[in-house]
Amino acid sequence: MLNKLYRVAVATAAVALVTIASAASFPVSAKGVFQSGPDFIAEVFAPLQAEPKVLWLTPEIRAQAAAIMDRPVRGLRIRYHQSNTKSAWILEEIGKEMPITIGVVVEDDVIQQVKILAYRESRGGEVRYPAYTQQYQGASLQQDYRLSQNIDGITGATLSVWAVNKVAALALYYHGAVNQSTATHPLQ
Amino acid sequence: MKKQFLATIIGLNLTAVAQAATPSMEEMWQLIQQQQGEIGTLKQQLRNNDARIQETEVIAEATISAVEQISLAPSASAKTTFGGYGELHYNSLDRDDSAGSKDAMDFHRFVMFTGHQFADDIRFFSELEVEHSIAGEGKPGEVELEQAYLEWDFASQHSAKAGLFLIPVGIINETHEPNTFYGTERNTVEKNIIPATWWEGGAAIHGEISQGLSYDVAVHSGLFLDSGEYKPRDGRQKVGKAKADNFAFTGRLKYTAIPGLEVAASVQVQQDVHQGEGEAIGGTLFETHVAWQRDDFQLRALYAEWDFDSAINNVRAGADKQTGFYIEPSYRIGDKIGLFARYSEYDNLAGSATNTAVEQFDIGLNYWLHPNVVFKIDYQNQDTPTETGYDGINMGVGYSF
Repeated sequence: MLNKLYRVAVATAAVALVTIASAASFPVSAKGVFQSGPDFIAEVFAPLQAEPKVLWLTPEIRAQAAAIMDRPVRGLRIRYHQSNTKSAWILEEIGKEMPITIGVVVEDDVIQQVKILAYRESRGGEVRYPAYTQQYQGASLQQDYRLSQNIDGITGATLSVWAVNKVAALALYYHGAVNQSTATHPLQ
Repeated sequence: MKKQFLATIIGLNLTAVAQAATPSMEEMWQLIQQQQGEIGTLKQQLRNNDARIQETEVIAEATISAVEQISLAPSASAKTTFGGYGELHYNSLDRDDSAGSKDAMDFHRFVMFTGHQFADDIRFFSELEVEHSIAGEGKPGEVELEQAYLEWDFASQHSAKAGLFLIPVGIINETHEPNTFYGTERNTVEKNIIPATWWEGGAAIHGEISQGLSYDVAVHSGLFLDSGEYKPRDGRQKVGKAKADNFAFTGRLKYTAIPGLEVAASVQVQQDVHQGEGEAIGGTLFETHVAWQRDDFQLRALYAEWDFDSAINNVRAGADKQTGFYIEPSYRIGDKIGLFARYSEYDNLAGSATNTAVEQFDIGLNYWLHPNVVFKIDYQNQDTPTETGYDGINMGVGYSF
């Protein structure tokens, strides 16, 4: 009898939880656009205004970018913003099935900030938590084009974690490519 | 006299030379006019060149944009996704009482995923599996539909799904691609107690209560234990004309706010595992686990317990309580190699007074040729009170994409 009561109580609690969850409007969002690209750029460089620039994907840059991303890199150029030694990149990578939009700020070849601007899958959205993205602060690119810091993953969200890791490394590589190129022949 | 004459001639010559080198005012004016004209022409040429450069830039930008649009535009097929995973196993095991052995090469699972995005907030996902390579009458394998559901994001932080889906319980039930776990074979606790892989038909809601705290609730078809059966694993109907006289309910809370940490607990209520045939037997599953990763170290621990009505003891004494747990520390050496050890214990007759638990110790390694391609080797030592445990080597290769 007690066992049955227990079961009824559990089922009732489950239904109550659904009702509460469905009815309430929680401030957090598992997926969606959290910040627009222009707002991110404005926030990163405030109070200054960063210059919009373009990095052309030369065969060398494209080949290395493809190696970092473990897939071909499409397009002809990458848009970014720069002010002095700080650059900001808005890049996308697919986690499991949908693209994650990721903002990466690099200053002096070191990651200053990683921010998930849009997450479109129903699971694995933990990568957008500041507790997770803060792990990238201070990371640089090693000789083997991997991040210099270990990033603690998220159980069940391995693909999203890999996507953010790759984009962080790619932004560091692009930042380095821009600085190397402008030293000899300006691209823009 | 001569000298005076000579000086006069020299003076006249000098004056003539001076007069010939200096242009007149009129000549100067003409020269300036001519130069001014040339400057004007050059300016016009520069203006024309500037206009051409600007025009070229516009053309280049338009061309680049068009090329980018073509090359970056999602193809019509991008809405439909395809993936899969598979694993080949080799087992070389001997029974403790030397009454048997198991030497087998088995393509254990070949799975294909198909998904489709109908709209930003409506999608379909499916998983079709061939188990043990060959299916059919008298064959060892099966063709199974493990997932086929529609999911709808009805609010920004909540989604609902309906169809055939994996039950939200345990660690490997929902995430079981071979490159994501240690050991050639899946752990015995989730297999024999929960029982993974476990799917049912019904409806479910998933969502987020606060940052890092998510919930799942599901109403679905239940287990069916036929005459003489008492293990949950035997009760999986696999949603094939499944008896649904009584539904089951599952709820889960999961905490993932700290990077590297997952703590979760699931509860399931079965109204009647006899589905109206014979004496009604209800059951409750409680499962909790933690998965913690810090740098290269990872720890997984899980506990699961079934409590059935005591009437199940009429089928098999002690089956009213069925429990299991495992603990699995592992250590990653670089990106390629991971070492693990696992101690597990499960008991499908934990309600009996006698010792009926199956203990198993596994130790081994994973070698990731690529993040999605893994080779595995491990040694298992299984002990049962009746000396029917199997010891030996398991090897495997697996992939997912």
